[in-house]
Amino acid sequence: MARIVLTHSACRQYTGGTAELESDATSIRGLVRDLEARFPGLGRQVEESMAVAIDGVMHQDDLTAPIPEGAEVYLLPRIGGG
Amino acid sequence: MAPDGTPDLKVVGTRPIRPDGVDKVTGRAQFGADFQLPGQLVGKVLRSPHAHARIRSIDTSKAEAIPGVKAVMTAADMPEITSEEAFVGEGPADFKDMSGNTMARDKALYDGHAVAAVAATSAAAADAALAAIEVDYEVLPHVIDVEDAMVEGAPVLHDDMFTSGVDPKPATPSNVAKRMVFELGDVDAAFEKADIVIERKYKTAPVHQGYIEPHACVAQYAADGQVQIYCSSQGQFMVRAYVAKLLGIDISEIRVTPLEIGGGFGGKTLVYLEPLAVVLSRKSGRPVKMAMTREEVFRGSGPTSGGTVWVKIGAKRDGTIVAGDAVLKFQAGAYAGSPVGPGCMTAFAVYDLQDVRITGYDVVTNRPKVAAYRAPGAPISNFGVESAVDELARELDMDPVELRLKNAAKKGTKAAYGPTFGDIGCVETLEAVKNHPNYNVPLGPNQGRGVAAGFWFNIGGESSATVNINEDGTAVVATGNPDIGGSRASMAMMAAEVLGIDVERVRPIVADTSSVGYCFLTGGSRVTFATGMAVVEASKSAVNELKARAAKTWDIPVDAVEWEDGRAVPAGSNAGDFEPLSLEDLAAKSGRTGGPIAATSSLNAQGAGPGFGTHLVDVEVDRETGHVKVLRYLATQDAGRAIHPSYVEGQIQGGAVQGIGWALNEEYIYDDKGRLENPGFLDYRIPVASDLPMIDTVVVEVPNPRHPYGARGVGEVPIVPPMAAMANAIQDAIGIRMTELPMSPPKVRKAVDEQAAAEE
Repeated sequence: MARIVLTHSACRQYTGGTAELESDATSIRGLVRDLEARFPGLGRQVEESMAVAIDGVMHQDDLTAPIPEGAEVYLLPRIGGG
Repeated sequence: MAPDGTPDLKVVGTRPIRPDGVDKVTGRAQFGADFQLPGQLVGKVLRSPHAHARIRSIDTSKAEAIPGVKAVMTAADMPEITSEEAFVGEGPADFKDMSGNTMARDKALYDGHAVAAVAATSAAAADAALAAIEVDYEVLPHVIDVEDAMVEGAPVLHDDMFTSGVDPKPATPSNVAKRMVFELGDVDAAFEKADIVIERKYKTAPVHQGYIEPHACVAQYAADGQVQIYCSSQGQFMVRAYVAKLLGIDISEIRVTPLEIGGGFGGKTLVYLEPLAVVLSRKSGRPVKMAMTREEVFRGSGPTSGGTVWVKIGAKRDGTIVAGDAVLKFQAGAYAGSPVGPGCMTAFAVYDLQDVRITGYDVVTNRPKVAAYRAPGAPISNFGVESAVDELARELDMDPVELRLKNAAKKGTKAAYGPTFGDIGCVETLEAVKNHPNYNVPLGPNQGRGVAAGFWFNIGGESSATVNINEDGTAVVATGNPDIGGSRASMAMMAAEVLGIDVERVRPIVADTSSVGYCFLTGGSRVTFATGMAVVEASKSAVNELKARAAKTWDIPVDAVEWEDGRAVPAGSNAGDFEPLSLEDLAAKSGRTGGPIAATSSLNAQGAGPGFGTHLVDVEVDRETGHVKVLRYLATQDAGRAIHPSYVEGQIQGGAVQGIGWALNEEYIYDDKGRLENPGFLDYRIPVASDLPMIDTVVVEVPNPRHPYGARGVGEVPIVPPMAAMANAIQDAIGIRMTELPMSPPKVRKAVDEQAAAEE
């Protein structure tokens, strides 16, 4: 089970303000599916607009990244640069 | 292997001469405006003279009748695109907005907004055609300032824009595109524990990236629908994708050849001219060349946001920062999409702070749509937060570096934007400042010292590389990222490191979109990290193939072959007694051992290491004129591992200098009609060499474990701390807290006068 933390209002709007969740997903793809099933719209939001930090390592556009048991996962707006 | 576990490296970390250097210093390199095709026409753009106007009609008939004019276009010649978001640069972009920004459809939303374009056989004919186009405008009220745009009753730019992120959804349109809140912990309770609270509002001006080379391209639309584009940009694949989307052309029909780029800094992560040149070429049947003037660059291309930053910081008497709160209002220009999101996330990222809240607003105004600029958004919020931290240090009577060291993020710190940091070098950059001679140089009258620290995430992403081993044992490394900051050199160095050959024997090239696998654009300081990883992987594959050829030659298993110093050698005495085979030997006989040796890697690099930097500046303020002279400037930064230290130092110096310009002089000046009054380098003052001392650098290296050689991106961080460092130095020099950028001579002089009046 991973701890999913939503610091951004763009995610919390789908969870009724809840900032922390648990998920048994083992990959970002699984997490997207899980979130979409539980909070319609949130999975899509994560897949299209968010970065996923798994134990401190940022992932963007990477549905295959594994989520280890007990991982700390943050959903953050995507990052670009200049 | 070094004691710390890092590999012994022969090429990485050295300073070879850049492979593109001779072309660039002799003028042989072809930049956007240098490229020519036979029979090309001159393309030019008609731009709105109004800040906000409805376009009732556009009559191009007189222009089309002018001799030499071969094509005239308006937005009617482009597909009308429905809303669809994509991601590039600093944040999501909407293709409907991108199309509208490229060519105004119903309304002109800023002075300089493109409304029509022409192609003619000469510049004179094109100019005459622009003058002959009749646009019937209904001039509308406009709004330039971000907070003015937020008030009720402000002129509304988009009737279909309703603020997202608020509940309930508004019923009336607004210039506020989005409200967002980042929150960790219990901020209000944390402030209750604070002994000292600093609260202040700061303001920054929108500033342009100031790249020396204006946007330029040549496009050719052939009779069979094949499109060729030659242009200067931060990503040939980005140009291909955007032109395809904006014009409804299949990607396979478009080939984009990158030309040299004379600076981008984020400002060339968009298209402006390319779609117009393609349409004009399609209509005229001739190649079309378009190049912006400097005035057009200022009026028609994106700066970064300006904004207001309200900051509140709470701390214990011992200097422990316990709470942070901020409200950021960023102007996005004419279409939504300011970098307020990363501005929020980076605001307090330098610190170990568990109770933090940042509220951000993305606001449209009648200015050019903003584009990315190094570490988009971070310098703005950093100016506020690092100025406030300096005020806190003064309130505590504490050394500003010591205060930062006491609160600095380190490995294991939960970042103020959420995730737990891994290996980072924030503390190391602060200590490098403390240990530098500049830190203790005595100061004279009206001289002051300022410090500020900054952060940027850095990114990875999709990259491809091909390594071809030539028959003489040299190699070509092809990647798909324009070389902005010396990436040809770093790609060649990483390939040479793996292949075990001299870097001079590796020729790096930047390939067109049909000649190499997909690469996301050059931005976010991703190329050395991500494309570098692709180069390393492709080089490793080439080495594996070279080992296989040696195994065939010796008739032994491939796992009995090792690669050492550019040679295949038997893995041990059991493998047999063979003379080593050099890369040259194997390449020369490659045709007889299986054919040419080439390898490709395509990957999606994740885990770019976060970057931190600390800047220290000494200034002298002339109380008579308000002029601020930079006496000494030191920038320290964690590069993870500097692949080519000179280019890392160059990135740091360049970012610092751009930040000094942002701090002291740069701003857009509009008249009361919303027209830009300073669209040129004479009136929009960027720093020049005579304004500056040597920018001293210290590169600290805390390796990024996710990169084969430990590299981190370095191009973003150095523009984050300068504005606050400069303001803090001015405060130290004359006892005045400057809260608004630029801290130009008139503003400093006014502040000095007000100080004097208050003391009387």
